[in-house]
Amino acid sequence: MAATTLAHAWQDLAGAAFPSRRMEHWRFTDLAVLTAMEPRPWSSGDPLASLQLPAGVTRLPEAELAAVAGQSLAHAGCSDHWPVRLNAGARPVRLGLRVEAGADPLQLALDAGGAGELLALHLVLLLEPGASLAVSQRVLASGAAVCSLVCEARLAADAQLHWGLVAHGHSSAALLGHLAVTQEPGSSLELVTVCSGWGCSRLEPRVQQGRGAARTRLRGLQWVDDNQLADTHSLVRFDGPDGQLDQLHKTVAAGAGRSVFNGAVQVPRAAQRTDASQLSRSLLLSDRARVDTKPELEIVADDVKCAHGATVSRLQQDELFYLQSRGIAADQAARLLLAGYCQDVLRELPTVAAGWLPIAPPFREP
Amino acid sequence: MGRNGSGKSTLSKVLAGHPAYTVTGGTVMYQGQNLLELVPEQRARLGLFLGFQYPVEIPGVSNLEFLRVATNARRQERGETELDTFAFEDLVTARLAVVQMDPAFLERSVNEGFSGGEKKRNEILQMALLEPVVAILDETDSGLDIDALRIVAGGVNQLASPGNATLLITHYQRLLDLITPDHVHVMAAGRILRSGGPELAHELERTGYDWVDQELALSEVG
Repeated sequence: MAATTLAHAWQDLAGAAFPSRRMEHWRFTDLAVLTAMEPRPWSSGDPLASLQLPAGVTRLPEAELAAVAGQSLAHAGCSDHWPVRLNAGARPVRLGLRVEAGADPLQLALDAGGAGELLALHLVLLLEPGASLAVSQRVLASGAAVCSLVCEARLAADAQLHWGLVAHGHSSAALLGHLAVTQEPGSSLELVTVCSGWGCSRLEPRVQQGRGAARTRLRGLQWVDDNQLADTHSLVRFDGPDGQLDQLHKTVAAGAGRSVFNGAVQVPRAAQRTDASQLSRSLLLSDRARVDTKPELEIVADDVKCAHGATVSRLQQDELFYLQSRGIAADQAARLLLAGYCQDVLRELPTVAAGWLPIAPPFREP
Repeated sequence: MGRNGSGKSTLSKVLAGHPAYTVTGGTVMYQGQNLLELVPEQRARLGLFLGFQYPVEIPGVSNLEFLRVATNARRQERGETELDTFAFEDLVTARLAVVQMDPAFLERSVNEGFSGGEKKRNEILQMALLEPVVAILDETDSGLDIDALRIVAGGVNQLASPGNATLLITHYQRLLDLITPDHVHVMAAGRILRSGGPELAHELERTGYDWVDQELALSEVG
């Protein structure tokens, strides 16, 4: 089937117009990997068969899950986003979990395979006041596949969530992920995403501090090579005072890879004394690679500290020379520098997720 | 020795193979080979060491791992076995004493957040591990307080042996009070203008570099 026919099939499944490059937020994101496939529903068994709930984590009853699903998406302003609509249309596996106090680490492993199927998951996490949880989430694809993730988390007052996502795909696979988090005052979110190997990945971490006074720490690392594309569109919105954001997004672009980062931070009038910093750092390893990076700060409140920065560079010649002058071969020196560059994101992954890094070749030890 | 801009650091970087410099003429013979035909890492493996005036900070790369990879590259060239993590830790722990360095610096990223003195100690630690044949130390004394200077100079003295040579680039007699040179060379405009013994450094300390300018002017006229 022609790509346009297939685009229509995807559009029908989502019940919403297929994203066009004419739309601002899809300008740099080519969904050709998606439209090279027809949407075939998942038929390879229960994708969560290996799930074991750790101590302190319980399943939400179906009725409650139905009632709360979609709330964080709505607060984060992305209920009508195309990937979210697609997830709903794909009849996702739904999983709702509640944490009432301290819990043991949770592991969630998904494998979208390579048989050209669409795997969709809708996850809802409710962290009650003072609860804490570390989530290690893994997504793999080994050939043609589409993985649609919609993950919602609601952090009540003083709750703590440390969430690590390691997603390694295939040049014929697409990953569409929305991670929507709502935070109450005193809560703390540390979200670390590590993405590599996908023909097309689009991650949208979206955080709303409903009444401010919460801490949000975002760490992202994406690696593209060959003709891969990785896109992170993040949004953090402060709807109250005294919120904090510390965001670092890093990119390595090799081959003819393309990387997109769009980092929105919204500080309306109610969000006085917000302290937000965002840094996007990109490393270009080839002349054919491309990086598009854009901070998007909307600041209305007047008593705030909001810093942002973006750098795009190559490997530093003086660093390479320093290593070479100690007898380290140029290619090994480059590998060491790259590993070092990635380290300040990778080391923030929860323990279990950090142990998964060998699944992603770019992040294996040099 | 020589004024700022006389070419001392340039010479040291050219010898080590810094990519910012292109050599347009001449050869540098080292152990029967033209050094200039070798890539920087090969020069280092053959025993050339450059102690940087401004050691480079490399975020994310562990100092310990860096030192181990570098040491093994040199060992391999010398036909010695590669050291695994444990064997290397024993070696590096022993060598730390040469510069009285806190083992905590091994766990940090290479030179990241090190003070000037700590960076220079880390340079001498590398020298102690790599056991160079020829070490060029570019203003190793700059940015050091008296105590750090003593420690660094002590490290250089401990590492000196009949089988190696050290070229110190410095402006100050105070380093040479701690490390007695066999020869002193004065550089100007990229050339060695005068050579002598330790007394030449004392003379420079007394008279400054004005005579160098005069001698240089005369030599250009001549």
